[in-house]
Amino acid sequence: MLTKLTRDIATLSRRRWLAATAGLVLGLAAFSNAKAADDTIKVGVLHSLSGTMAISETTLKDTILFLIDEQNKKGGVLGKKLEAVVVDPASNWPLFAEKARELITKDKVSVVFGCWTSVSRKSVLPVFKELNSILFYPVQYEGEESERNVFYTGAAPNQQAIPAVDYLMKDEKVKRWVLAGTDYVYPRTTNKILEAYLKSKGVKQEDIMINYTPFGHSDWQTIVADIKKFGSAGKKTAVVSTINGDANVPFYKELGNQGIKATDIPVVAFSVGEEELAGIDTKPLLGHLAAWNYFQSIKTPENDKFIKAWQAYTKNPKRVTNDPMEAHVIGFEMWVKAVEKVKSTDADKVIDALPGIEAKNLTGGTSKMLPNHHITKPVFIGEIKANGQFDVVWKTPGLVAGDAWSKELEGSKDLIGDWVGKKCGNYNTKTNKCGGQGS
Amino acid sequence: MTPHVLTRSLDRSASIFILVVAGLGVLIPLSNLLLPAGSALQVPTYLVALFGKYACYAILALSIDLIWGYCGILSLGHGAFFALGGYAMGMYLMRQIGSRGVYGNPILPDFMVFLNYPKLPWYWHGFDMFWFAALMVIVVPGLLAFCFGWLAFRSRVTGVYLSIITQAMTYALLLAFFRNDFGFGGNNGLTDFKDILGFNVQADGTRAALFALSCLALILAFLICRAVVTSKLGKVLVAIRDAESRTRFLGYRVESYKLFVFTLSACMAGVAGALYVPQVGIINPSEFAPGNSIEAVIWVAVGGRGTLVGAALGAVVVNYAKTYFTSGPLAPYWLFMLGALFILVTLLLPKGIVGTFNAWRESQKETQVANAESAALEDGVGEPKPAE
Amino acid sequence: MFATLLDRLRALLLAILLAAAFALPALAEPFEDAVAKFANDDFSDTDEAIGAVATSGNPLAFPIISALQDGRLSADPDTKKVFVTGADGKIIDAATGEAVDKLPDNAAAVRLNNRLRRAVEAALGGLTLLSPDPAKRIAAAQSVFRSHDESALATIDGALAKETNKAVKTAFTEARAAILLYKADAAEVEKLESVAIVKARGDQEAMALLTGLGSDLPPNVARAVTSAMASIQSNLAMWSMVQNAWYGLSLGSVLLLAAIGLAITFGVMGVINMAHGEMVMLGAYTTFVVQEVIRSRYPGLFDYSLLIAVPLAFLVAGAVGVAIERGIIRFLYGRPLETLLATWGLSLVLQQAVRTMFGPTNREVGNPAWMSGAFELGQITITYNRLWILCFTLAVFVILLAMLRYTALGLEMRAVTQNRRMAASMGIATSRVDALTFGLGSGIAGIAGVALSQIDNVSPNLGQSYIIDSFMVVVFGGVGNLWGTLVGAFTLGIANKFLEPVAGAVLGKIAILVLIILFIQKRPRGLFALKGRAVEA
Repeated sequence: MLTKLTRDIATLSRRRWLAATAGLVLGLAAFSNAKAADDTIKVGVLHSLSGTMAISETTLKDTILFLIDEQNKKGGVLGKKLEAVVVDPASNWPLFAEKARELITKDKVSVVFGCWTSVSRKSVLPVFKELNSILFYPVQYEGEESERNVFYTGAAPNQQAIPAVDYLMKDEKVKRWVLAGTDYVYPRTTNKILEAYLKSKGVKQEDIMINYTPFGHSDWQTIVADIKKFGSAGKKTAVVSTINGDANVPFYKELGNQGIKATDIPVVAFSVGEEELAGIDTKPLLGHLAAWNYFQSIKTPENDKFIKAWQAYTKNPKRVTNDPMEAHVIGFEMWVKAVEKVKSTDADKVIDALPGIEAKNLTGGTSKMLPNHHITKPVFIGEIKANGQFDVVWKTPGLVAGDAWSKELEGSKDLIGDWVGKKCGNYNTKTNKCGGQGS
Repeated sequence: MTPHVLTRSLDRSASIFILVVAGLGVLIPLSNLLLPAGSALQVPTYLVALFGKYACYAILALSIDLIWGYCGILSLGHGAFFALGGYAMGMYLMRQIGSRGVYGNPILPDFMVFLNYPKLPWYWHGFDMFWFAALMVIVVPGLLAFCFGWLAFRSRVTGVYLSIITQAMTYALLLAFFRNDFGFGGNNGLTDFKDILGFNVQADGTRAALFALSCLALILAFLICRAVVTSKLGKVLVAIRDAESRTRFLGYRVESYKLFVFTLSACMAGVAGALYVPQVGIINPSEFAPGNSIEAVIWVAVGGRGTLVGAALGAVVVNYAKTYFTSGPLAPYWLFMLGALFILVTLLLPKGIVGTFNAWRESQKETQVANAESAALEDGVGEPKPAE
Repeated sequence: MFATLLDRLRALLLAILLAAAFALPALAEPFEDAVAKFANDDFSDTDEAIGAVATSGNPLAFPIISALQDGRLSADPDTKKVFVTGADGKIIDAATGEAVDKLPDNAAAVRLNNRLRRAVEAALGGLTLLSPDPAKRIAAAQSVFRSHDESALATIDGALAKETNKAVKTAFTEARAAILLYKADAAEVEKLESVAIVKARGDQEAMALLTGLGSDLPPNVARAVTSAMASIQSNLAMWSMVQNAWYGLSLGSVLLLAAIGLAITFGVMGVINMAHGEMVMLGAYTTFVVQEVIRSRYPGLFDYSLLIAVPLAFLVAGAVGVAIERGIIRFLYGRPLETLLATWGLSLVLQQAVRTMFGPTNREVGNPAWMSGAFELGQITITYNRLWILCFTLAVFVILLAMLRYTALGLEMRAVTQNRRMAASMGIATSRVDALTFGLGSGIAGIAGVALSQIDNVSPNLGQSYIIDSFMVVVFGGVGNLWGTLVGAFTLGIANKFLEPVAGAVLGKIAILVLIILFIQKRPRGLFALKGRAVEA
């Protein structure tokens, strides 16, 4: 084997293959070092356009393109036009990391707006830390994170889950709880937080039912029947659903068909918004609830203007808006303000400038970037209407500050994120040390 | 005469392959580390990571070609062995984080802290030692393949039935690893690695070294495959592929041969996965998705089934196409390109790129041989001259 | 608990008052003030307004509250005027009853939430024991059964004496038994009788009622209660078996529907069609398009939309299938693994094409009236859509079997499958038969899409979620045998549903996959293996 190999090598002219290999390397290096144009500021868009997550993320790509378009109409930023660089990470997590690296090093983008699932954010995190760039993450998530390079414009659990449960307890006098979710980190963590919270309010273990299903679960007969059974024990029952996007349609269809009405057992969902409802006949779902920081139906001048401009941009008068879109709107405006404040797109300067920046949200308030890189948001509870929109039935009196670390969980109750004073994402207020619980 | 020419031409492509891989494995890291950043000849780090990923895919493709191209076992679940190797390495990398995790727990990885694990599950013990993890990278996929193959081949499950149950296997593992109670981090998988053997995984030097290692592993895997397919064992494998029953009637223990090559292939896939994880920085259950395994089979088909070189080439070509098409203005339409590529390759190049090339060269040489009636090919370096 | 009790009490009270409302003289000022509160757009004000209006005895009370329920009550926030739009379109001022020409521009419908919806229902006498509608009397009796509120005893006794409807009578008797069980001073004999009645009812609520009884019972009654609970428990356990079996059948029918097209293309023709799921998706999108057209042009036809969609979906998916066969697969016969590759590429292209054309989000496909809702059978709920899908699947299966057996095309298909060269020499145009067979398999997948659109997402990912399950079903049942597919689908469906309550949805599915793997070891060619020499080829 080996002798054969050496003979073959000998038969090749050494110079020839050396030249060939060198040429190959040279060619690869040359195509990759394409220089970024200097007269524009590049903005990376890292949302899946194919695969399972395209269903949710494509809209967010359009949102960023729309915002860039609007900003350019106003003259861009620092006198330069913004230029979007769109890539498709194809709902594939390693590809997210690869594309993030490509955006930062090859395309030299100043900021990236992207990701939806927690795993995609976790996948790109090391890349953003290593290459020191900025990511705006627009989706509600499980919390337990505060990174220097990431700005979380979606809701933390205390900005969505806990107010929703409070509402059900006070207004609907709910005594028995079904926590139903898809089996991944966000529902697990949220349910853990809710369970601890409910117990602290005196709810007994036998009045809590927790149920997990796989991704894309489509046969809900057994679970809906179980919920019905659990709800027939005489106490007012509600379902808190952290069921992930795709599985919601068959879940609600089964609920409607088995005749579970909102007046009997209301379902409050954290992942069902206007986009998801657009795929369901909502008449049987009248009165079921969702908790978000934004609803399309909220009447404010800012929101009306945004919806009109958005529908004109997409040339679709029926195109809906939703909560993660608003998160991008806020995040984008904050980034623009921070860049204009420091007159530079340099990552370090922008990261330091962002905490404290305020931006109008679409529901009439002003959101503020906090030192833990989360933002303040109002919380709304909406009831599903027959036209696929939500009717706001309750809202928090003011804005709620996002907690990076949950107060309800044993492992994180002493932690805070503070990138202004302590320069630390997981500062322990008990030991006064940066770096978690310590040993 | 013809078989002699065939093996010689294959050997030549084999040695060219080894030389190119070795050359890239040395030159790219050197260029990345020694030349100043921004110089025209410097290979940027993100390309080093990208090529490292391709090299791992190439090893996976080789392992599939070994069983599919030479033994006729079409596994639609090879991604499972790849992912298991990856998880073994990921577990080692997680244990290396130690108290640098966000909660600062010296023993438990972060996801276990916030899911309230009281202590480390038993199957996580030992992974703080590199040698143990490295052993598991080979043993776990190998053991699974051995058990699975022992059951399946002994019961003479063949053809599509085998393909479908390998798919069932990887699908079951996918669902299992998605479960948070399984103790492998659920959907988020294992991520946020800090260092490997004391070196920072994000340092350029570590990346370059990992890339060089991946190239070395690719060469080794290739040599092992060559050794297997050119030996007498390889002849029996081909016989099994072409006429399994006849081979059995001739007195060969078909299931033992199949079991050996299936297990070997799974171990190789495991090594590929282990090298892949530190370079991409994450391992998550979606690596078990049946679609990934099917795609790996497609790399082999695109490159040329039963050619080894073709398998590796196919993996690189398809993945490069994926990288290329998913950026730029065509990003929303890249699935059209990829889908069309698969359809066109099957219709127009049924033997794959290398297979078609070999066939073309062989026909060229036959004409030459017929024309010249001599062994004047001894100095035939480089491209064969077209027939007069 | 106490609050719901209050709600109920108030409900009864309001109902009686409302019934009498028309006889009483109108009270002027407080009524108008109450009506004006509807315009405040505040849920607690609306709640007060409902209470005040309902008890006012004003003849307008009934029209106002029923308009509120149907979303026909609107209010002008500036002038605080409230309007009722009648079902016939006529508008009146709610406070005065005077006719109004048109609504002011800024008038908006008065909003409700779940709590108010319950209050409205209660105020409208939805839960009266004396309602002329038997269904409402039953509902009222059920709510008394749950609340076992002693104050309702007299009304129940009175109602029971007059009642002629058998079902309502049973409900009243049960409600009475529930009250007596909880009534401290009821005689022991009465309590024992009551236990028997509740035991006979035997459902989850009966169980809850008995569980809720305290421990301070006379020993005889306590013993009766314990034995009744045991009996109800076993009754429920039996029904839960029945329920699992039904759910299993229903899941099996979905699996069968998705797999049956594959049983033809894969089982009969030997083509590994990875684009099969996309044919299902095409069928579902055809349904969507049909419904869109019907919604915009012929809204009256909505209930027939599925009947129209079925043949169209068959044609669309079938035509695409024939095109695929002619354009790609016919070049690949004899190379089954390459068809896998090409059809995988094709599935990517089809998914992306649909994504480009219809957008990446879910599209809405509605349930026609006859597919919505459910009925009770004993202790289980059977939803109409699942029932229809089961019937539909079986019908498709029977038609397909008959077609293969009794038509000329079926004969030719079987001939080509069994011995292609012989069939060709007998004068059968094998390539035409191939194209038609593939088209048939794809068309049936399209039909499956129509049915699946009723229970699942209509999105570009629809097909992907069924493809693996479909392959499992076909391989488990035995390639090349439709009966095998039928038995395979129902076996997997039922096994899954019996495992799910024990192991949970995820582990149940994993267990099924492991069982399939082990089963294939035992029978390497599936449940119903084709016998004979052809198998070894």
